Amino acid sequence: MSLDIVLILLIDGLSTGAIYLLAGLGFVLVFSVTRVIFIPSGDIAAFAALTLAAFQSRTVPGSIWLVAAMAVLACLAECVTLVRNGSARRLPHAIFFYAVLPLIPCIAGLAIAKQDVPEILRIAITMALILPMGVLIDRLTLRPLATSSTLILFIVAIAVHFLIAGIGLIVFGPEGVRTNPILDGVASLPGGVVVPAQQILMMIVALLLSLVFYLFFGRSITGKALRATASNRVGARLMGIRPERAAAAAYLIASGLAAIVGILIAPVTTMYYDSGFMIGLKASVGAIIGGMASYPITAIGSVFIGILESGASFVASDYKEIIIFSVVIPVLIWRSFAVHRDGDEEIEELA
Amino acid sequence: MSAALLSLEGVHVAYGKVEAVRGVTLKLDEGQITTVIGANGAGKTTLLSAAAGLLPWSGRAQYRGQDLSRMTVEDRVERGFCLVPEQRALFGDMPVLDNLLLGAFVRRHDKAFVRKSLDAVFEQFPRLAERQTQLAQTLSGGERQMLAIGRALMSQPRLLLLDEPSLGLAPTIVRDVLKRVRGLRDQGVSILLVEQNARAALDVADYAYVMDTGEFVLEGAATDMANDERVMATYLGGRIE
Ligand SMILES: Nc1ncnc2c1ncn2[C@@H]1O[C@H](COP(=O)(O)OP(=O)(O)O)[C@@H](O)[C@H]1O
Ligand SMILES: [Mg+2]
Repeated sequence: MSLDIVLILLIDGLSTGAIYLLAGLGFVLVFSVTRVIFIPSGDIAAFAALTLAAFQSRTVPGSIWLVAAMAVLACLAECVTLVRNGSARRLPHAIFFYAVLPLIPCIAGLAIAKQDVPEILRIAITMALILPMGVLIDRLTLRPLATSSTLILFIVAIAVHFLIAGIGLIVFGPEGVRTNPILDGVASLPGGVVVPAQQILMMIVALLLSLVFYLFFGRSITGKALRATASNRVGARLMGIRPERAAAAAYLIASGLAAIVGILIAPVTTMYYDSGFMIGLKASVGAIIGGMASYPITAIGSVFIGILESGASFVASDYKEIIIFSVVIPVLIWRSFAVHRDGDEEIEELA
Repeated sequence: MSAALLSLEGVHVAYGKVEAVRGVTLKLDEGQITTVIGANGAGKTTLLSAAAGLLPWSGRAQYRGQDLSRMTVEDRVERGFCLVPEQRALFGDMPVLDNLLLGAFVRRHDKAFVRKSLDAVFEQFPRLAERQTQLAQTLSGGERQMLAIGRALMSQPRLLLLDEPSLGLAPTIVRDVLKRVRGLRDQGVSILLVEQNARAALDVADYAYVMDTGEFVLEGAATDMANDERVMATYLGGRIE
């Protein structure tokens, strides 16, 4: 293997790893705040890609109807809950949050779908449209079960994936799509290695967002409140941090990350209505390496998986999935030997 | 009769079919330390957890004249009703300073308020100021207790529920912690103090209830109760410290 090839594989692996990193951060965030392994985040990534592709081919993306329907249902569910709990004064807030906000990008999407608009506007509206998906999925399916066991939440998350992918088939059809590259052209590295600009973009976006993530969780009080909920749910509630709001914030951020993933990979990978599952599954390997708890280790794990995948697809393309998922087993064994300290488990049962 | 800050009437709390609190009635006046004492397993923690909204309960309960049955834990905190639970519930993987800042979460937008609260807590617990950057899970038992109380004080609550602040602490530290509890009362915080250590609790409290297997069996001024050897012997195992 020449040095050129190693370099190309490395860059390819890093850009793939960048994608897994973004999705992996979302996995860890949602899991640590809600104990849900949010498998449907892969579907959200695929929907972002399919939505942008629809806009680019001057058609109305089916995701508009899906988001609008989910917004109306979630709003109804929330209103019923509020009235039942006698908190009718919070109705306007609920209607704004669950119905008005998600419907704005739906309407904007309908308005621009058939128009000649700048690419950046299409991307922005795609982002805004996909952003509420996680929150809406949570409100409709997972939140009513929030106190269930992790296993039940996991099973429901998988069921939701199949549901969403099925709806994806109906609203987007079975065809695969590729979007126009956000960045055209190539960059030449010394030694004659050529790298597509899109791959460099992936790495830069992942780096920048990791930095934003770091600052958000390390500096802002909202970020710290999310960490607090993850660290000790009862303690956080006793500080006035509402778990359902923390969960909504986590789903919002995870959906945003998933949407970015979808938009970044759609120019280099053909995306189908069900492509999200594999992306989510591979990204979850990075998150599992991070114990679903540590962001830095998840980042390292994701990059490792990316490089492993690129190496594996060069050496033994047919076996690359087997190689990647085989890594999970030794990692889990190693993790299970690590001491699991959690002195606050007892009070968790009180809530 | 002045309206009580907190009043519970015929409150029941059950774990499934087992009733751990059976028809408790309690009145807590503003500016006082009210204590609930009783042996291990009497139902004190259950009562506090339910009052704070962490457990479902039945009966009637009011805080500042407002019905508690439809208030969540977080609603209570926003209204100045805070619990320091028996398990402390600290954010172990976060530094002392972040634990404290999160204590003022409901007032997070008022930077001057947070700053002032932090200074006040550091003045009261200089130890926490020294350990600002240390992770909460690496603190000693006494320091953890100080952090738990300091964190609850950050939002400047009106009513503080303390569940066994003396638990697991050395006797000399117990006195110190309870002295600080009295200091809080003198600053205008009303306190509901739950203790197994009856003697120490009666020393600082104004009014006391004795709890036994889910019910209040006795109540009275703390000084009267502390001087009644018969009470101490019958309900509190004659523990004298
Ligand atoms: N999570 C629980 N599930 C079932 N029973 C419980 C639970 N927590 C406490 N109990 C029972 O309720 C009773 C009161 O407990 P607790 O309120 O902790 O007492 P105290 O704080 O006075 O020591 C005990 O008999 C205890 O066994
Ligand atoms: Mg107790």
